[in-house]
Amino acid sequence: MVDSTVLQKSMQSPFSYRIRNWFGEMIPILILIFWSVIALFPIYLILMNAFKERKAIFKLPFNVPSAETFSLIGFQNVNQRAHFGTYFFNSIFVTVIALLLTLLIGTMASFALAQYKFKGVTILNLVFSIGIMIPIRLATVGILRLMVNLHLTNTLAALIIVYVAQSLPMTIFIVSSFMRQVPQELIHAARVDGASEYRIYGLILPLIRPALGAIGIFTMIPIWNDLWWPLILAPSFETATVTLGSQQFLGQYMTDWNAVLASMTMSMVPILIFYLIFSKQMIKSITSGALK
Amino acid sequence: MVAYRKNRKPFPWHIVVFLAPALVVYIIVMVIPLLDSLSLSLFTEHPENARETIFTGLSNYRYLFTDYYYSPIFWSALKHNVIFFVIHMVVQNPIGLLLAAILCKGGKIRTFFRTVLFIPTILSFVLVGFVWKLILSPVWGVSKTILNLFSLGGLFQPWLGLEESALITCSLISVWQYIGTPMILFYTALIAIPDELLEAARVDGANPWLIFWKIKFPLIIPTVGLVTMMTFVGNFNAFDLIYTLQGALAGPNFSTDIMGTLFYRTFFGQQQQMPNPTLGATIATMQFFIILIGVIVYMIWQKRTTVYEY
Repeated sequence: MVDSTVLQKSMQSPFSYRIRNWFGEMIPILILIFWSVIALFPIYLILMNAFKERKAIFKLPFNVPSAETFSLIGFQNVNQRAHFGTYFFNSIFVTVIALLLTLLIGTMASFALAQYKFKGVTILNLVFSIGIMIPIRLATVGILRLMVNLHLTNTLAALIIVYVAQSLPMTIFIVSSFMRQVPQELIHAARVDGASEYRIYGLILPLIRPALGAIGIFTMIPIWNDLWWPLILAPSFETATVTLGSQQFLGQYMTDWNAVLASMTMSMVPILIFYLIFSKQMIKSITSGALK
Repeated sequence: MVAYRKNRKPFPWHIVVFLAPALVVYIIVMVIPLLDSLSLSLFTEHPENARETIFTGLSNYRYLFTDYYYSPIFWSALKHNVIFFVIHMVVQNPIGLLLAAILCKGGKIRTFFRTVLFIPTILSFVLVGFVWKLILSPVWGVSKTILNLFSLGGLFQPWLGLEESALITCSLISVWQYIGTPMILFYTALIAIPDELLEAARVDGANPWLIFWKIKFPLIIPTVGLVTMMTFVGNFNAFDLIYTLQGALAGPNFSTDIMGTLFYRTFFGQQQQMPNPTLGATIATMQFFIILIGVIVYMIWQKRTTVYEY
């Protein structure tokens, strides 16, 4: 970005300008490096020490595991005492089903809200957009009573239902704004050709794929990480998710450092890998305005 | 639609089919339970039969606000929650803005940092809580070693265990995790500013500092409002991190107790405390009104603010 004024200035006082320019370039980068260290250091510390024997965890906490200090004892201990296999299954099951249901139900409602003019559109839009801002947790007392009445406590179904309700308002908000942008001529053409309204819905879905991807990622992470609902609705051992399972395990075995570090690694790595694969799409979808 | 004559237009069943599933789920799982929670705060448990409740009007609120033993706990949880929010506002959001302002210049290096800086935000509170518990633990001594590098080892304290520092420490851990959200929202707003707007200022010789505060910042005021509202709602609804770090008792000596932990403890009971669902519902209702006021203030403010369309 060298425009004429900058050139003029640099010619007037080449040295001082270069120094200032160097500072102007370096200080921001140094700030980024500084905060990256703060952001990554705790994660590094956990990952490195999970693969060390107990002595090395305390003596050389900052080092990368070496041939002498390497040990998988933590992971063995975790596998003996906790059932991370079950936790992973529960988390994946709940997240995937909740996500699919949210996308199906949410896009259907968005289609109706975006494409048809009928009495009550404004009120429905308002009702759903209030749901974006008012957290569903505030309804905890009522939801727990509801699940008790339906005999759904300690089931994965209870979690799925709540997560769908939690994700719907945002999904409807984003998807309907995308559906309004679909060219009306396209829809008219399809109607003239005799397509049913359900068929038109099916035709529109592929057109808003980017929005669906963004919603997928952004509903998944809070569901996967949630502690509140598993703790309240499904705290039993069989229905524990990764987040709840590791919370309980960590609380119980806080003194077994190897096991603690290993279990943290096990619950951290999947979400890290997921993020590193999808981070580009994630940030692109926010910046392209999919989530405004 | 045009093909039908008005008086013979069939009832639009397809609209019902499209809308019904979402509405049913939303109403049954969100709207009704929320109203149920709010109304439960007007009842108290029957003294003889715990399964029945009797209507007692605002007595739960009177108890919450004025009871000699209980109300100090409520007021201090509210005060802690305000402090929790203020720390997020003065630490998290300015740093988020600073990072966004640096990132928005673009380029490969900055794209890399953008990915890295967002990582803590995708982790669960549980994980973050335990990670920091270990790092700050005097048993492991990692923080002391780091402070020693800067010859500041003498400053080390078990911050999470001390009444005067525990709340600030918890808030800063939450800031560490959540900083990615304001960062990415500010970043999005900043890169949306068209270059032509900035070009004129550059030609006039304005320095980057001036350009940022005189041109960019006023343009992203709507995002500043959005971030403030999101921080407010998130903070008054917080629970997981404190629960993981300090347990449901929000120790030491309730010094990290916020609305979320107070609700959990009251509703489910804890050690010497019996569960009290109706009083729990009262606390949840207070959270609801606090958040609702925040949202309404935001919406009114938003209506009055000029949003620039580029």
